[in-house]
Amino acid sequence: MTTATAVQTPLAVKDLKVYYHTRRGPVKAVDGVSFELARGERLGLVGESGSGKSTIALALMMAHKEPARIEAGSILLNGSNLLDDNDEQVRLRRLSEIAMVPQGALNSLNPVMRIRDQVIDGLKDHNVRMSDGEFSQRVAELLDSVGLDRDVASRFPHELSGGMKQRVAIAIAISMNPSVIIADEPTSALDVVVQKQVVQTLREVQERIGAAAIMIGHDMGLMAQFASRIGIMYGGKIAEIGPVSDIFNNPKHPYTRLLISSLPDTRSKRRLEGIPGLPPSLLRPPPGCIFHTRCPEAMEICSQEIPPTRELDANRYAACHLYGDDDGKVVEL
Amino acid sequence: MTTAQAEQPVIQNNSEPLLRAEAVSKTFVSGTFRKHYTHALDTVTFSVPESPPTITAIAGESGSGKTTLARTVLGLVEPTSGEVIYRGTNVTEMTRAQHADFRREVQVIFQDPFESYNPFYKVDHVLRTPIHRYKMASSKSEANDIVVEALRTVGLRPEETLGRHPHQLSGGQRQRVMVARAVMLKPKIIVADEPVSMVDASLRATILETLRAMNRDLGISILYITHDLTTAYQIAENIIVLYKGRVAEAGSVDSVINDPKHPYTELLVSSIPQPDPETQWGREQEAREDEEVELTGCNFYDRCAYRMDECTSADPPVYRTGENRITRCYRYADSPVHLAPDLRSVFDSASGNLTD
Repeated sequence: MTTATAVQTPLAVKDLKVYYHTRRGPVKAVDGVSFELARGERLGLVGESGSGKSTIALALMMAHKEPARIEAGSILLNGSNLLDDNDEQVRLRRLSEIAMVPQGALNSLNPVMRIRDQVIDGLKDHNVRMSDGEFSQRVAELLDSVGLDRDVASRFPHELSGGMKQRVAIAIAISMNPSVIIADEPTSALDVVVQKQVVQTLREVQERIGAAAIMIGHDMGLMAQFASRIGIMYGGKIAEIGPVSDIFNNPKHPYTRLLISSLPDTRSKRRLEGIPGLPPSLLRPPPGCIFHTRCPEAMEICSQEIPPTRELDANRYAACHLYGDDDGKVVEL
Repeated sequence: MTTAQAEQPVIQNNSEPLLRAEAVSKTFVSGTFRKHYTHALDTVTFSVPESPPTITAIAGESGSGKTTLARTVLGLVEPTSGEVIYRGTNVTEMTRAQHADFRREVQVIFQDPFESYNPFYKVDHVLRTPIHRYKMASSKSEANDIVVEALRTVGLRPEETLGRHPHQLSGGQRQRVMVARAVMLKPKIIVADEPVSMVDASLRATILETLRAMNRDLGISILYITHDLTTAYQIAENIIVLYKGRVAEAGSVDSVINDPKHPYTELLVSSIPQPDPETQWGREQEAREDEEVELTGCNFYDRCAYRMDECTSADPPVYRTGENRITRCYRYADSPVHLAPDLRSVFDSASGNLTD
């Protein structure tokens, strides 16, 4: 099902809810998240631990496991809802339409398989039929595209450095030219120099194949370097979303402001301000705005009503009671 | 930066520094049949003065030797050659009484706060154990006062912290409890080994600010071991950049990070993801890493974008590349050679001008 809009919008997530069912009740890890991705766009999803960002990644890959369940919403991948597909259909759409660069490629590669065979494995699994020579040629091209020597194909994972393994993971993720790439903290275990190389490689291949990308993490520095748009997650919801420069230069949500002012840089030394308080319990979230218990600008209404999402500017949305009808209209994302 | 400065005598201050590492080397040997030698530390010399209390960053990638240096300073690793001297005594040759004092006065905070806890005990346990061990209190209520005060010092509310199990606290709270534990013992030095790398960005600021306050208000010197130059810049006065166990560059953080001279420091600084979309990463040159070459001469040769023929001839000497700066690189061969092995003369002139 490929329509003209579907091509322009490879991914549209609408009102997604993912709950972890525990004995004490449902933990609302993702609680009504909506966003769309345009072709070639790079979205950064930022949040602290427990904000639901990694759960979104798993749900988009349909790789969430019990006790997590998708309660509501839709995930339109190239125009067709992943939630309507059966397991086999989902399996075939992974890698070919949506692919993931995992957090630690160190653990996601098979230790007893040569790199060549691991790349080909995914292709064969998706019924790609080629001669051995063609497969080898394809592996060589993929390794080239992520800046690895072709002879890496014949090596085992333990013979590679962390950065090389992460590049292999990128090569596998793009092996079928997916329209969406998801990278969940792809460089969390890497040194700063290698981190830069891996993120730049990811960006290059994403641009080359014209895929949309989502990078998940808590490092605002990496997001500033990678993303074209940033979504700030808090307590299972998107607090604010907008173009990367707007988020940094003119943050609207108090949480975003605190997050940005807590970032150290190498320009000026200053008193570092953390964000007071603790992340909310998602089992028993506070009433009203889920951030109000930590918010320096909280008002009476914040503990009573959940703030609606407003369109404050072009392509700019925030859910906060500081803004009213004069600032932007309420939208159903 | 004159030649006279470079030829200053080794010991400049009359007072013995609190802690000094003298040409410390550590070689790890692995392999049964074919011995493989890893030079984790190679003749590293530096010192921490008694006063003023300083924050010194030791920075480098994995494999730079920074953690080995921390463990050597703590007396957990015995150097292959060279020595670590605390208050005039070699840390590996201390008497029982001296060692007890050393263990109390030099505290450590590790990377992963969770691993420092026994999950079955409440966090109170980790705070009360040192009080018993060092007989710091004569009564239960006195012990309690010490714990409460230490928690307040690091910005934790005792009523929200005590009586809880480690998993009931956030990562930032757990790490601050470890800082509280270290502070309680009124140490002279805290060795903080990547204290914020496992902590969410929003909580990093709080912990770093706590460390800075410990230094400023309680006069504790801090060795801040990190791979993150941004946080090093924010809290430290001086920095030592290690590469494969050797000091590549050292000096005041302002000079080293704002104007890196060693190609390795330059590479590290240019790789920092600045939290500013208008400051995008550049395309810095890095030579492709050659595989497993036995390097003679400069140990950064295989990755260096500026490599020259002479770099392979012999290990470059340390040049005094600025008032507050030394750099181990032939590109600065016009600068005087820094003869004093210690970095004290370099750090002494650096002013720790932190703004609040």
